[in-house]
Amino acid sequence: MAKIITMTSGKGGVGKTTSSAAFGTGLALRGFKTCIIDFDVGLRNLDLIMGCERRVVFDFINVINGEARLSQALIKDKRVENLYILPTSQTRDKDALTPEGVGKILDELKKEFDYILCDSPAGIERGALMALYWADHAIIVTNPEVSSVRDSDRILGVIQAKSRRAELGLEPVKEHLLVTRYDPERVEKGEMLKVEDVLEILAIPLLGIVPESPAVLKASNVGMPVVLDDKSNAGLAYADAVGRFLGETIEHRFIKPEKKGFLDRLLRRTA
Amino acid sequence: MGRCCRAVPLCRMRGQVGSDTDMNNQVAFRDAPFQLRGSTFTMMVLKVSDPHNPNFFPVLSGKIAQAPNFFRNAGVVLDLDDLPAGMPFDMDAFCKLLKNLGLMAVGLLGGTKQQQDAALARGMALIAAPRGKVELFDPLAGTGRSPAQGLANVQGQGQPHAQAAPNPAPPPAPAPMPEPAPQRNTMVVAENVRSGRQIYAPGGDLVVIGSVSPGAELLADGSIHVYGALRGRALAGVSGDQNARIFCQSLDAELVSIAGLYRVSEDIGKDIRRRQVQIYLNNGYLHIDPLATTVA
Repeated sequence: MAKIITMTSGKGGVGKTTSSAAFGTGLALRGFKTCIIDFDVGLRNLDLIMGCERRVVFDFINVINGEARLSQALIKDKRVENLYILPTSQTRDKDALTPEGVGKILDELKKEFDYILCDSPAGIERGALMALYWADHAIIVTNPEVSSVRDSDRILGVIQAKSRRAELGLEPVKEHLLVTRYDPERVEKGEMLKVEDVLEILAIPLLGIVPESPAVLKASNVGMPVVLDDKSNAGLAYADAVGRFLGETIEHRFIKPEKKGFLDRLLRRTA
Repeated sequence: MGRCCRAVPLCRMRGQVGSDTDMNNQVAFRDAPFQLRGSTFTMMVLKVSDPHNPNFFPVLSGKIAQAPNFFRNAGVVLDLDDLPAGMPFDMDAFCKLLKNLGLMAVGLLGGTKQQQDAALARGMALIAAPRGKVELFDPLAGTGRSPAQGLANVQGQGQPHAQAAPNPAPPPAPAPMPEPAPQRNTMVVAENVRSGRQIYAPGGDLVVIGSVSPGAELLADGSIHVYGALRGRALAGVSGDQNARIFCQSLDAELVSIAGLYRVSEDIGKDIRRRQVQIYLNNGYLHIDPLATTVA
C-alpha cells in the first residue's frame, strides 16, 4: 500500500518544489515506484524543475474533471526508471481542486505506486490544505531563518488539526524536518540560525540538512532534479535524506564550514 | 506599446471556454427592473439523420472527446429535417441521451408539428429561421433595399427599356429578435497573452498581436494567427474544422492542435523551432511548415 508524503512549508520559496523533485527522484533511484504530484494549481513549476514541460498534454485538473484518464496525464520521467510526474493546470486556480476529486485520484495512484509525493503550494489555504490532507508523512521544508521557522510551525499546527488522520483520529502524520539553504559559514558568523535553534522551536525529527548551492539554480534551469548532480553538495544531501527516510543511519554532512585549501580560497571555489 | 495606442479590436471578448459571448447591439432600458436586449450567440446545430443507428452516440461521444472543454454543457439546436417522414422520434429519450454526454438540447430548428409540440413540452425553444435566410449572405442587408431591386438595377444598365422600379419583394415577417448573423467573427487581442490566461474565439479566427507566454492557452473555432512568439498552447478548429490553421512568427509552443489532433513541444523538431511557421492538417497528419520570410 502506497505511502503519501507531502512536501510542505507554509512559507514560499524555501525549496519545496526543488526538494519534491530531488527527494522523489531519490526514492525512484532506490527502486521504489514514485509519483510526484504538483498541487500548485495556476502557478505550476514541478514540470519545469523535472524537465518535462515539453510533454504536458493533460494535467491533474483535467483528471479531476473527468476530461482525461490518469494514465493520459501521468508523464514518465526519461532519465529515471519508476518515476512519474502528474503536472497541474496553469490556466485554472486552486478552486479547481475538490476533496472528492483529489481523493479519487490518490486512491487510484495508491494501487500502483510505492510512494506518492505531493508538492504543496505555499500558504495555509485550499491548495496547501488539499496537498496535506491525505498525508501519511509530512516533510516540512524550512530555511534557517526566522520567518520560515515561524511559518513552518504554523503549518505543523495545521497538519495536526486538519489532516485526514487528525480528523479520523488515526495515528498522526509523521513529521520530518528538512532544512534547506543552509550556509555553515554564515551560521559560524552568527548571521544565520543554527540547526539546533530550528529544532528547538519545531521539535520534530531532523531528516536532512541541504546546503545552499549554486547547483540548485543550474539544475532548475536545465530541468534536472539536483539529486542527479552527484558533484553537488545539495544533490548528495538529498540522497542522504532519502536514505534516512528509508531507515538508514547517515551522518549529516556539509554542516561545517569547508576547510578550504589555499588554492580553493584563491579561486573562491565551492561545490 | 502603450495601452492608448492599441487598435480597437473587431470584437473584443473575454471569457472562459464554454461560456457564451454576447455582443450588445441595443440600448438597455435604464429604469426597468431588467434588461432585454438583442444578443448574438454561436450555437451548434445537430442535424439528425439516423438516430436509431447503434453507432450514433458512440461516434458523437468520440467527437466530444476531441474537445471536451468546449462541449461540456454546450447548448445545441436540433435539426430533424433529414429524418425520414413518419419515423418515430422520442424527443425526451433522445435529449436525455444527449444530456448524458453533456450536451443540452436548447432548441428545435424547423420540424413537424408533432416534433415542435414535443420540443415545447420539454421547454426547448422553437427556432423558426427559414434555412435559406440563415445560410445565404445578403449583400444588401441593412441598406433598406430588397435583393430583387438590386438585381433589377444591374439588369437595367444593360437594357435601357427594362421595367422601372420593379415591385420590391415583400419584406420578411419581422422577427422578434435580430437573426443571428452568419458571418465569421475575428477576435483580435492586441496585447501579450500572459501565462494562465485562456482565450477562446468562438465561430471564427483569433488574432493575437503580441506574444503568448508559456502556460497561456489560445482556442478558436477557426484559425489562430500570432504576430509574435507563440510559447503557450494553440488549439485551432476546436469545433472540428479541419481546415483551420495556426500561424505564428516564432514557434516555441507547448502544444499545437487542429481539430483535436495535437503535437507537443517535444515532438516539434529543432529545425522549425523559433521560426515563422504555418501549421495545418493534411491527410490526418499535422504539418508544420516554415513560411518563406523576408522579415528583417
